[in-house]
Amino acid sequence: MILDTATAVAWIRRAYELVRADEARLTRLDTAIGDGDHGANLTRGLAAAEIALDEKQPDSAGQALITAGRSLISKTGGASGPLYGNGFRQAGKELREEGDVAAVADALEAMLRGIEELGGALHGDKTMVDALAPAVAAFQTSASATLDLHAAGQAAVAAAEAGLAATVPMQARKGRASYLGERSIGHEDPGAASTVLILRALAEVTAP
Amino acid sequence: MTVGIVLVSHSMAVARATAELAHALAGPDVAVIAAGGTDDGRMGTSIDVVSQAVSEADGGSGVVVLMDMGSSVLTAKTLLAEFDDDDAAPVVRLADAPFVEGAVAAAVLASTGADLDAVVDSAEQGRAMRKL
Repeated sequence: MILDTATAVAWIRRAYELVRADEARLTRLDTAIGDGDHGANLTRGLAAAEIALDEKQPDSAGQALITAGRSLISKTGGASGPLYGNGFRQAGKELREEGDVAAVADALEAMLRGIEELGGALHGDKTMVDALAPAVAAFQTSASATLDLHAAGQAAVAAAEAGLAATVPMQARKGRASYLGERSIGHEDPGAASTVLILRALAEVTAP
Repeated sequence: MTVGIVLVSHSMAVARATAELAHALAGPDVAVIAAGGTDDGRMGTSIDVVSQAVSEADGGSGVVVLMDMGSSVLTAKTLLAEFDDDDAAPVVRLADAPFVEGAVAAAVLASTGADLDAVVDSAEQGRAMRKL
């Protein structure tokens, strides 16, 4: 199994489906500590990404992710747009034509770096990084051990879910939730929740 | 030509009113362009709206961008990274400054014909300026 153009496009489409299906939950999480627009924003951004992929017909997996990233940056409207958008663009630049499990591990690492550099969030700040960073590490470990894209994707999802759960007792240090101080404790971070969905989409479309 | 100023806010009304205030205090000759809200008029930020505002504000002496918070900052940083890859892009600096006070300070100094570095400094000094 490799991440080729069709699989990369399928990843974005599946991410759109999963986020749209969970839009209400993401919005509920974001209403608790954020400005309540994460579900709607990310759904809009991924919808725009799907349209752009239809129009552009990318000829490589990297180009597909870069195209999706550009749409997320343009059309999302909230902080998740530039963050995920930049992440997908960095992943696309790293991946280029297509990639095996090792190349996808590098692409996910580039995604994480892009998000960290733009947003400046550290581990424990109660952001998407708290789901993505352990997920990328788990993907890399599984990639080396199994050489299997789907297995590595599943390992990443499990680690992201654990990372999401770990955001509950954290006090937010980024974004609107940080203004709440200690009151941000006790809730899942919506960005970490959407990261789980995006990684689940990858695991699903790489199933044999 | 004076340094241009772009104001990025989640709210179009906040960006416009801040531009209006800056013009009232700095005079009409400085280009202070509001880039508020998304491209379809919602609360939020849009890289396309900001990019267009930068083009409008650029008179050849560079543009300073002020942001309110959150996605405004991330969107402005993303645009700056895109400009880094484009030799024909305008010279843009982001000011780490309070939005309203920084906009007024930048506009007033820009109206004197000061250069881009000086205008960015003027905006950023707003962070240390005490009111009481």
